[in-house]
Amino acid sequence: MDLQINERTVSVAADPDLALLWVLRDLLGMTGTKFGCGMALCGACTVLVDGQALRSCVLPVSQAVGKKITTIEGIGASPVGAALQGAWQDINVPQCGYCQAGQIMSAAALLQVKPQPNDADIDAAMSGNICRCGTYTRIRSAIKQAANSGVRK
Amino acid sequence: MNAVALPVVTAEALSRREFLRRLQAMGGLLLVADGLHIAKAADTPKYGAEGMEHGTIDNPLVFVTVGDDGWVTIIAHRSEMGQGVRTGIPLIVADEMEADWSKVRVLQAPADEVRYGNQDTDGSRSTRHFIDPMRRCGAAARTMLEQAAALSWRVPVAEVHAVNHEVLHDKTGRKLSYGTLAKRAAKLPVPQAGTLRLKKAEQFRYVGKGGVPLVDGHDIVTGQAQYGIDPWFKDMSFAVIARSPVLGGTVKQFDAKAAVAAPGVLKVLQMPASVAKATFHPLAGVAVIANSTGAAIAARKLLKIDWDDGDNGSYDSDAYRASLQESAHKPGKVVRESGNVDTAMKAAAKTIEAEYYIPHIAHATMEPPCAVARIVAGKCEVWAPTQAPQATREDVAKYLGISEDNVTVHVTLLGGGFGRKSKPDFATEAALLSQALEGRPVKVTWTREDDLHHDYLHTVSVEYLKAGVNANGKVSSWLHRSVAPSLVTLFNPKADHESGGELGMGFINMPYDIPNLRMENPAAAAHCRIGWFRSVSNIPHAFAVQSFVSELAASANKDHRDYLLDLIGPARKIDPASLKDEWNHGESPQRYPVDTGRLRRVVETVTQEAGWGRKFARGQALGLAAHYSFVSYAAAVVEVDIDELGRINIPRVDVAFDCGPQVNPERIRSQLEGAVIMGLSLAMFGEITFKNGRAQQDNFHQYRVMRMNEAPSDIRVHLIPFSDWTMPLGGVGEPGIPPIAPALCNAVFAATGKRIRRLPIKDQARRST
Repeated sequence: MDLQINERTVSVAADPDLALLWVLRDLLGMTGTKFGCGMALCGACTVLVDGQALRSCVLPVSQAVGKKITTIEGIGASPVGAALQGAWQDINVPQCGYCQAGQIMSAAALLQVKPQPNDADIDAAMSGNICRCGTYTRIRSAIKQAANSGVRK
Repeated sequence: MNAVALPVVTAEALSRREFLRRLQAMGGLLLVADGLHIAKAADTPKYGAEGMEHGTIDNPLVFVTVGDDGWVTIIAHRSEMGQGVRTGIPLIVADEMEADWSKVRVLQAPADEVRYGNQDTDGSRSTRHFIDPMRRCGAAARTMLEQAAALSWRVPVAEVHAVNHEVLHDKTGRKLSYGTLAKRAAKLPVPQAGTLRLKKAEQFRYVGKGGVPLVDGHDIVTGQAQYGIDPWFKDMSFAVIARSPVLGGTVKQFDAKAAVAAPGVLKVLQMPASVAKATFHPLAGVAVIANSTGAAIAARKLLKIDWDDGDNGSYDSDAYRASLQESAHKPGKVVRESGNVDTAMKAAAKTIEAEYYIPHIAHATMEPPCAVARIVAGKCEVWAPTQAPQATREDVAKYLGISEDNVTVHVTLLGGGFGRKSKPDFATEAALLSQALEGRPVKVTWTREDDLHHDYLHTVSVEYLKAGVNANGKVSSWLHRSVAPSLVTLFNPKADHESGGELGMGFINMPYDIPNLRMENPAAAAHCRIGWFRSVSNIPHAFAVQSFVSELAASANKDHRDYLLDLIGPARKIDPASLKDEWNHGESPQRYPVDTGRLRRVVETVTQEAGWGRKFARGQALGLAAHYSFVSYAAAVVEVDIDELGRINIPRVDVAFDCGPQVNPERIRSQLEGAVIMGLSLAMFGEITFKNGRAQQDNFHQYRVMRMNEAPSDIRVHLIPFSDWTMPLGGVGEPGIPPIAPALCNAVFAATGKRIRRLPIKDQARRST
């Protein structure tokens, strides 16, 4: 099957029921998207599918065919993604960093629809992403900094 | 039928050296429960880094490479798990050698303690153990570069000095870059440690300054960072393992027909049997190997396994809790005593008692345990997110039956560690499976269910406290019984008392100024794997003691802060041995006494900064706790806002922290911010329970971890200024955790009158409508 990943067409032979996460990680070697729970509970595997933040650990790859898939490896190509990655580094958000790909993907989806989110918007968009190191206050600051950096989507 | 058994590995008894090594980290040198007496190094006591296996290395030829392109490469030999060690330790070397941080690359060391010194990244000790050797290492590198420049110019070395990646000749203003000097400098002898000129603190360029970007920051935010779960090869296979749901259980028989026939499955293999000593031995089970992890997980569900549960099949956490409670109300092994508690209790105006329960807690690192292994021509390579590189190498060699020289352990980034990844059972699993697949690269991934079911859990404990107080509410006698299974049971299943290290985590070394004291440690057996969890036994000890102090203050109608300061007593430096703490986190008692002045100061600072005494609306309040651990001092004030239904909102937390000199203050702050969230998380939700020997929580819906909407939006960290760099450093990664849970529960009490004595809080503050 053909997948549109980060503006490229990628051909892959995969069981249509296999979760997109494992197609990315194990079949294609795109390991930036992380496994955390396998039940859409932690958000580590978040990718954008047609701009929407989805948990790739429960998304059968067949449902992503024909749609635009964006992963952490490609999000920096968008102004919003680049602004988030910049803010994340400015504020030194990560501790272990493992969940941060998913955090940035959720934040990117948020800023696409709400360029100036308030705290409640951030809570609503980000509460599906667990950070065990506890970087939440810095994630919130980084989202606000990226939002205020004047980027247009 | 494609299901075959792996060769059975007989786990030989741990060598004495290995036994020592593994006990060392927890003070087991002093109390070995099976009676094996080990001379407690009384002849030549070694403290700090020198007390650790393989000590330290300060040779710049080991840690520093200067390229002729000017790039300086510094080896990080400790494991990065979010504490910032890959930035902090190379920063010390770079500063001392006058390297320009923007021209420094950091390379991770493989497991090799003979070459690099101790690599066990635990116990909050990387920076405090390695600041001195790393400074010497950097100073030696700088000296060699200066000597090379002096030789080039044929001038006395005293006339030259290094500044920011160059060496200057003071008289003529000539300069040579580090890159230009690299080859010549590398041929010079390494100067003797005693001849080195270390920087003065005011000359530090990076150390103590903060504002340094993370070494791995860019790679992390762009998805390029390599964790243990990330190595990828074209011919790689992917494995998951169905492990015995009960500790010590074994596979009686299994039927793999359906699993073998499932899409993408390559092989089904039986893992070696469990052994009595859990150590870091892989658990018994059946592995499914497929062309993707997803395919392996799906096929694993089709396995039919008949388990023999063994001795722990009846482990039930409710029944176990009752047994701990029973023990806590009977006399136990006395581990510290002064004065006469029984007489003083009888003479007291009032006695107050309370019992606290702290359950098993799972680490739940966001990256579950995982590893990759391959074997080529008898040489095994492992990629693992390990806190214990050397133990990983030793175990892989032992289980494969090859020499350590033929095992290379590449230490990846860790997607969280918190103590879980000090036990490299997952790396051994990958190596065994690669061996069974003729050396093909194989990645073992633990699912979240595997992680929660088979963790090396934080212990479970009942803490019983009783105090006798006089008419003014002042404490005259104190009895504390701590009863909890010990992590020594990993190495000696019969151990039934806390080790010296566990006792010394805020239990026997409680420094309060009380004339009559007795601490007892009744026996408790372990029925699951007990392991280190970030701050370890400080969690239950601090929860109990700091909650009890709040109860005593309330009973005396005194302000909690004033009462706590009174109990701490005047500023004084206490010899840990006088508290019966022979362990003292492995540090010298002279260099690291328990300093009640510093403990007082964090209490005073945090209460002042948090606005202690502020007036609040109904349902709102502050709670306080303070705790000394990992030779650092921490105090927290948690603010709660509890609604009519009893739902707890936590708008703000203040932390005051004194760890002595601060190498990278920015990462110290981030560690403490994280400790606040993790501490609140375990207090609110953290619990693993057992029925029929099986952990009952499967995934994050049942083992809750704090989320952004539940976390305080305002965390303020107040670092206590240090006097000078001769002060010994304290730990940072762990000591932020212990005060958080009691401060939260003390706040809940102040807001509602409801005293939480059993963690997690869950809905204990809820009111029925």
